[in-house]
Amino acid sequence: MVCSIKKLLIANRGEIAVRIIRAARELGIQTVQVYSDADVESLAVRMADEAVNIGPAQAQKSYLSADAILSAAKECGADAIHPGYGFFAENADFADAVVGAGMVFVGPSGNTIRMMGDKVGGRNAARMAGVPIVPGSDGRIGDLIEAERVAEEIGFPLMIKASAGGGGRGIRVVSNMDAFREQAHQASAEAQAAFGDGGLYIERFIEKSRHVEVQIMGDGENVVHFYERECSMQRRRQKVWEEAPATMLPGDVREKLCKSAVDLAAQVFYKGAGTVEFLYDSNTHEYFFIEMNTRIQVEHPVTEMITGVDLVREMILIAGGEKISVSQSDIPCTGHAIEVRLNAEDPAKQFLPWPGQISEMRVPGGAGIRFDAMIYPGYVIPPFYDSLLGKLIVWDKDRSAAIARLERALAELSIGGVKSTQPLFEALAKDRNVREGEFDTRWLEVWLEDNQSSLAEEQEKGAA
Amino acid sequence: MSTQIIAHLPGTFYRTPSPDAPAYKEVGDAVSEGDVVGLIEVMKSFHELRANVSGTVKAFLVSSEEAVMPGQPLVEIE
Repeated sequence: MVCSIKKLLIANRGEIAVRIIRAARELGIQTVQVYSDADVESLAVRMADEAVNIGPAQAQKSYLSADAILSAAKECGADAIHPGYGFFAENADFADAVVGAGMVFVGPSGNTIRMMGDKVGGRNAARMAGVPIVPGSDGRIGDLIEAERVAEEIGFPLMIKASAGGGGRGIRVVSNMDAFREQAHQASAEAQAAFGDGGLYIERFIEKSRHVEVQIMGDGENVVHFYERECSMQRRRQKVWEEAPATMLPGDVREKLCKSAVDLAAQVFYKGAGTVEFLYDSNTHEYFFIEMNTRIQVEHPVTEMITGVDLVREMILIAGGEKISVSQSDIPCTGHAIEVRLNAEDPAKQFLPWPGQISEMRVPGGAGIRFDAMIYPGYVIPPFYDSLLGKLIVWDKDRSAAIARLERALAELSIGGVKSTQPLFEALAKDRNVREGEFDTRWLEVWLEDNQSSLAEEQEKGAA
Repeated sequence: MSTQIIAHLPGTFYRTPSPDAPAYKEVGDAVSEGDVVGLIEVMKSFHELRANVSGTVKAFLVSSEEAVMPGQPLVEIE
């Protein structure tokens, strides 16, 4: 395949930089890796055709310096910039600056990023595309009579918040109209006393919510989806374990959900790779749009495993002016994939960060296994960036086979010299609820509280 | 006699709780054992650096936002 992009600068680091270099190389594109003083020895720097130092370890002065990145790109004659995820990936001004400097930004336009990055803009686009959003009041409700009427419309259980409050303080969950009248009155009176404003905001409360997101790709005219992922297992709103497809979704809901994501992306003439995130209410089987991510995501490999499509290659080709290479009916969904995030953290000690030197490592292999990582024996993990070392991804014919394969792969994997979240996944893979697919977005936090001591014991045993 | 407060983690050292806030301690300030004298940022999480003795701050051996390694002396207490 020939791509109009000849030289791609990677404005990111870690495992995603390695991932992008691999995709570019297969397309015959020259790669330029930017790096900070702390990343001289990184795998991406070793792998890229060229590498340019862009400043000190602090991300603000290197990976988050638009000037440093743009001048590096000009200096080496790059004609495109891939932002990966994080840093500048969803920065509209940066995307504009890249285009303004006469280069291709591998991602959507600055305007699209700006609109979808704004909560109100995203909700409006969803509404216009007929995509369901979490039922709630349109902003502040002044009086209690109106609040009752809106509550009737939204349905129960629902959440009452003082519109003048913030930071999740003073949220009340009520399950019927009597409780609502009492709590709304109190909430309003308290808000009036505390902030001089008794205005309320109400929203449907989803008791057992699951995080389901749809991978889409657009070329400015056509939009296709690559099915959905389930990422409900989260700690502090960070995903730790992701799957594709979401096996708990009824078939008809799944079809509608994927169509909703395509409708939303088509509404904004989306160009590039994107993810439309939804909350799924497992009690009522409804789904609601939360936000759209206008970039490639950490968990994209599970989608690649079930569809066989290289999403990073596809996004580079689209940025280079090509049309999407596959039509919807040609995209298969086969088997089941799971990804676990290996972070340099000690799960037995409240996830204390654990940078240091990788003394030795053994990477699992065999059918259906993929290891996307930034580490090699002897590499010293710098303390300045996030703790993601790599991702272990497994695929098999169905979910239970995939879990068995994950257990086998985890048993083979060995990362010496640092602590990692590997023991957490060994424990999760054995857990009955995980095996039966019975969890929601709040489940892991509770599980961690209950299992802290056994994780610590496992860690001790591993060390001995 | 003076003692040193040693970095327990690798990362970035900060003398203030946030960019606009005043420093936890200045040279000449009194410190009690257990007082916070700085922060070490490691992998996007912040960890407090506490005094191991009581006394007076004699010197900061690294400046704010400087990279530090475990075992490196950061503050001198007299």
